[in-house]
Amino acid sequence: MFPPRSILGRHHPIPPVSSERKEPKSKYTADRGIPGAFEGETVTRRRLMTGTVHGLGALAAGAFALPALGFALGPVFKRQKFQWQSIGNVADFNQTDYTPRVITIVSGIGEAGKSTTYVRLRNPSIDTEPEDQYNRVIAISTRCNHLGCPVRFTEAAGKFICPCHGGVYDFRGVREGGPPVRPLDRFYTRIENGQVQVGPRYSVNSNLKRFSPRDPGEPVDGIGQYLYPSRFSTPQK
Amino acid sequence: MPRLKFPAPPIPPAFQPKPKRPGTGNGKVKPADQAAEAGIHVVDWIDERTSLSGGLRWLMFRKVPRGTNWFYTLGSATLFAFLSQAVTGVFLAMFYDPSATHAYESVRYITNEAFLGQFVRGMHRWGSTVMVILVFLHMARTFFFGAYKYPRELNWVIGVVLLILTMTMAFTGYLLPFDQRSYWATIVGVNINGTGPLIGPYLSDFLRAGPEFGALTLSRFYSIHMLLVPGLIAALIGAHLYLVAKLGTTAPPWIEAEEDPAAELHKAEV
Repeated sequence: MFPPRSILGRHHPIPPVSSERKEPKSKYTADRGIPGAFEGETVTRRRLMTGTVHGLGALAAGAFALPALGFALGPVFKRQKFQWQSIGNVADFNQTDYTPRVITIVSGIGEAGKSTTYVRLRNPSIDTEPEDQYNRVIAISTRCNHLGCPVRFTEAAGKFICPCHGGVYDFRGVREGGPPVRPLDRFYTRIENGQVQVGPRYSVNSNLKRFSPRDPGEPVDGIGQYLYPSRFSTPQK
Repeated sequence: MPRLKFPAPPIPPAFQPKPKRPGTGNGKVKPADQAAEAGIHVVDWIDERTSLSGGLRWLMFRKVPRGTNWFYTLGSATLFAFLSQAVTGVFLAMFYDPSATHAYESVRYITNEAFLGQFVRGMHRWGSTVMVILVFLHMARTFFFGAYKYPRELNWVIGVVLLILTMTMAFTGYLLPFDQRSYWATIVGVNINGTGPLIGPYLSDFLRAGPEFGALTLSRFYSIHMLLVPGLIAALIGAHLYLVAKLGTTAPPWIEAEEDPAAELHKAEV
């Protein structure tokens, strides 16, 4: 208990509670559902302060969350660069058999960034797709189009065979059996001063029509080309 | 300062303080008693400022239904598997180097040269399998005992999220040794993600940080494996445990409900 007020030396009578201290109800504010607002006021001070504090909090959270999100998503939108790499003389390759070559897909990460490609010269009697400057040499990617295991060219059968789930591709890389959804990918090639050079990857449909590179398991025939659209990371020619 | 008084807790008798019988001791305070008193004093000091003891009592001294059996320990077993993974993982991270050129070498160093390295890595490697198995056994227990029903549906939902996060941990952790198996398993796993229509191609680019398995893939998996998902799992385990303590556990389905004596009486009267 506090000591009596008289002991404190000063006497403050408690003012009687006046009914006038209660703010008269305003038909305007009551109607608008904003209790305590002055007449004509659309936003009370309390509401303004609450909103400001919430807004500042959201701003502060966004200031670190959005850059972090961008950081994580950034690589999806980054266009890749590529380099033409020489893999040998035109004379090193022939029309009837594949010659394996190791190329660098991603540089700077050692063995993990390398991959094998099977290379041969274009053979007009079996290669029915239209000829242009990029397919005078045919470089087949060894990435199986089921789920990405490395295929091998088996000479006895003349086919590409995947060790994981038994995908089989014919001599041109077109799917013959097993779970793969499209032919083996290829690389753009060109001949510069007698040297064969390998460029970026492209995918093909079952008629060997070119598409931008897709991941394994993504068909590009029919509706597949729309269900698995081209990616932002596709390098520009 | 007055000591805080809590309502009488349901503390088992063994834990309740017993006053000394009059006449025992000769008035001298033994060092052991002094040490005990000091410990109690420290705990009291903390409790007076935090009121943690009430929450601990609420969490630990719960009533459990009749028929509670060993199957009810599967959740705790999973929790301890997670704690084991967390502790061994923290210490593995002291030696591990998440770069494509050095990862395999650092794991080889842990396994073959670091003191107890083979043991700690083995704990983490086998512990991950144990944790996945325990999660499924715990889930099966909950399902077959009907413990997912009202009012525990939310806890089932949280549990399913924890299952998915555990699988994410298993998937991302599988890459880290960076041997042939890790590498190809991750290639296949990411490509499976890529087969989702419309967003699949972007999802696999996101997981790899690019169109091909590259320098950023390993560090990305490492960050998800040791920072992002463990934090989420720890937080959700907290929510899971809170709901277990709040809602209580269920009796096994073969325990029949006891007749309410008052209802019996009422029936007899009618």
